[in-house]
Amino acid sequence: MSTISTLSSRFNIPSHPVDEVGIKERVARLATRSIKKFSKVEGLKLALSMVDLTTLEGADTPGRVRQLCTKAIHLHSGRSDLPMVAAVCVYPTMVRVAREALKGTPIKVAAVATAFPSGMNPLAVKLEDTRYAVGEGAHEIDMVISRGDFLRGDYARVADEIAEVKKACGKAHLKVILETGELGTLDRVRLASDIAMEAGADFIKTSTGKIQPAATPEVVLVMLQAISDFFRKTGKKIGMKPAGGIANAKAALNLLVMVREVLGPAWLNPDLFRIGASKLPNDILMQLEKERTGVYQGGDYFSND
Amino acid sequence: MGADWGYAPAPESADHFKLKDHYGLFIGGKFVPAVSGKRFKTINPANEKVIAEVADGGEKDVDKAVKTARAAYDKVWRKLSGRERGKYLYRIARIIQERSRELAVVESMDGGKPIRESRDVDIPLAAAHFFYHAGWADKLGYAFPGKSVSPIGVAGQIIPWNFPLLMVAWKVAPALACGNTVVLKPAETTPLTALLFAEICQEAGLPEGVFSLVTGAGATGAALVNHPGLNKVAFTGSTEVGKLIQKSLAGRGTKLTLELGGKAAHIIFEDATIDQAVEGIINGIYFNQGHVCCAGSRLLVQESVEEEVVTKLKARMETLMVGDPLDKNTDIGAINSKAQCDRIRDYLKIGEEEGAELFQTQCSVPEKGYWIRPSFFTKVAQSHRIVQEEIFGPVLAIQSFRTLNEALEKANNTPYGLSGGVWTDKGAKIFKVTRGIRAGVIWANTFNKFDPTSPFGGYKESGYGREGGRHGLRPYVELS
Repeated sequence: MSTISTLSSRFNIPSHPVDEVGIKERVARLATRSIKKFSKVEGLKLALSMVDLTTLEGADTPGRVRQLCTKAIHLHSGRSDLPMVAAVCVYPTMVRVAREALKGTPIKVAAVATAFPSGMNPLAVKLEDTRYAVGEGAHEIDMVISRGDFLRGDYARVADEIAEVKKACGKAHLKVILETGELGTLDRVRLASDIAMEAGADFIKTSTGKIQPAATPEVVLVMLQAISDFFRKTGKKIGMKPAGGIANAKAALNLLVMVREVLGPAWLNPDLFRIGASKLPNDILMQLEKERTGVYQGGDYFSND
Repeated sequence: MGADWGYAPAPESADHFKLKDHYGLFIGGKFVPAVSGKRFKTINPANEKVIAEVADGGEKDVDKAVKTARAAYDKVWRKLSGRERGKYLYRIARIIQERSRELAVVESMDGGKPIRESRDVDIPLAAAHFFYHAGWADKLGYAFPGKSVSPIGVAGQIIPWNFPLLMVAWKVAPALACGNTVVLKPAETTPLTALLFAEICQEAGLPEGVFSLVTGAGATGAALVNHPGLNKVAFTGSTEVGKLIQKSLAGRGTKLTLELGGKAAHIIFEDATIDQAVEGIINGIYFNQGHVCCAGSRLLVQESVEEEVVTKLKARMETLMVGDPLDKNTDIGAINSKAQCDRIRDYLKIGEEEGAELFQTQCSVPEKGYWIRPSFFTKVAQSHRIVQEEIFGPVLAIQSFRTLNEALEKANNTPYGLSGGVWTDKGAKIFKVTRGIRAGVIWANTFNKFDPTSPFGGYKESGYGREGGRHGLRPYVELS
């Protein structure tokens, strides 16, 4: 713990300065990549295999979670050529239901923890929250950073907390949610990414999905660059998970383009790249059915789960 | 599955327009064959196929064009009010926009530049130049307060092959806005969009003779420069030819502006936003295959970040897609001509012989056509020819520096002075550097940005006179 504190005391803004104008320009250029024909079909299937299919509502019921798990396994009736999604993401109390429903599949169960989405609880409660979710069988923990501490400049505390949660995770993978919509500047997004990776994150994740803006392409690009620098420095490959507001196929393809060109093809698999989403799969399915049949089908031909 | 995911070819279609088999000269509002009847072929540098034949203008054609331009100047254009001239320019600007897709495709076919650039940079900027100068046409008095403004007469203009239509716009728009008439000679390897521009002038109903076009090679250009009927010559191209033009105009009272070569220093300080600076380096030297007079062809990196910058630059360069200029995903197109390709290859050899270390990306390039992989040299010295001379290709020379003064000294130690760039997160350093570099255009935390409102031009062997902005009007007016 003390080592982390010493380590994190050197964090400051800007850790690696980020030029917003330059980032926007690069994002715009990446968005001009034209993804057509076979690369579109392949890309969309790849994106499906990276989805963390998510339901994080107060109104979630075991039935609803089971229904989502069925969708995770079997995305669309009549198509055997589609992959399963990477994971299902739920609240801790729904982990057991999800594990049960996904038994025998490679699909992981991810749980949000640490007083998600606000993180406004003492560390002890957050750790307990994490241990509970892991105990229920979560393969992956999606934690939130304490934005209050971060914005106040108490970076050491943010780093320590992540390190503690990482310990509490045991074997479970840790995704650290930065909640970029509350950080305000790209410089801060970069710093939060650096802190999370240094403190032991397996993945860094943009958002809870409860705050707008969420996974903007600008934020994603900055985080990907942070991952690239971390890899260059340490040789460790950290995963990336944009989440929140990614609702259509084009946005998903654009994310794949960014990963491919910033981090390289080695990151283009569900072990290192995930997309947190609830509505995205249906839009992708719609596009894939259009590629297969030549015509668009109405929304009612795709199951809402 | 993901590791081999790539982009399918996404070619821009070229079947929405039809080019003619051959084009004449555009004189007096009509397309006419050259007096000699001679033609030359213009080819697609990406596949070496002939696209069209173009009339080879000689002295007699030039003479005819200049006389028509004089007549149009005396009888029509100089008498027209600024507002009326402005209307024609607006019309031309709008037709460029309407035909932008066709113009972009032809630009990429004839010159080899990627469609992404011709579509997003060349053509929109060409239209913007006409819109901008259309606005000035009836407001020249405000550009030069307290002065009486009048046109100067007939302008002979010679433009290069790197931005064919955009250079037409840079030259023609201010000349016409200020009330002059024009005889233009485009480069022999890229005459097509200038010919389409002539069609656009017809379509816009521009009075006959106000704009004439004489296609041809160096001899045609020489005939134009040596014609005694010109009041003004504007040239963009090599320093070598610029000097010849200056000699031949000496003592003639013909006004001259020159926009020549460059060897810009692109300075990266250790406190720069490195990832964006790398992007800036890419835009600086690999934009338009490096066929850019203001390209950031000399990279000066502060030694503490040199390794990081070079490593990142290499990684970024490997993602550049080289190939079919008409593919929407292509980043780097074909080298404009065989001659230029040979010249760049010579410099690559020279660099290695001088002892510099060459890096080139691994990408595959098509068999036919003229291609150079994105390249850079490290371990270069200030005295190397690859540091001193303009290569005009996708070849960067990387040097390091320790202090700001050393950076400035290296940056200025060149016969050229067209452009420069600086990357730092500190505003004060930006001002210190921009004041310290003797160059016409200096970009801070960006590179190769153009706008019609911003004057462009050089110092020293990069020429004189400005294009764009209020400054760009000055070479085309008499003030009293």
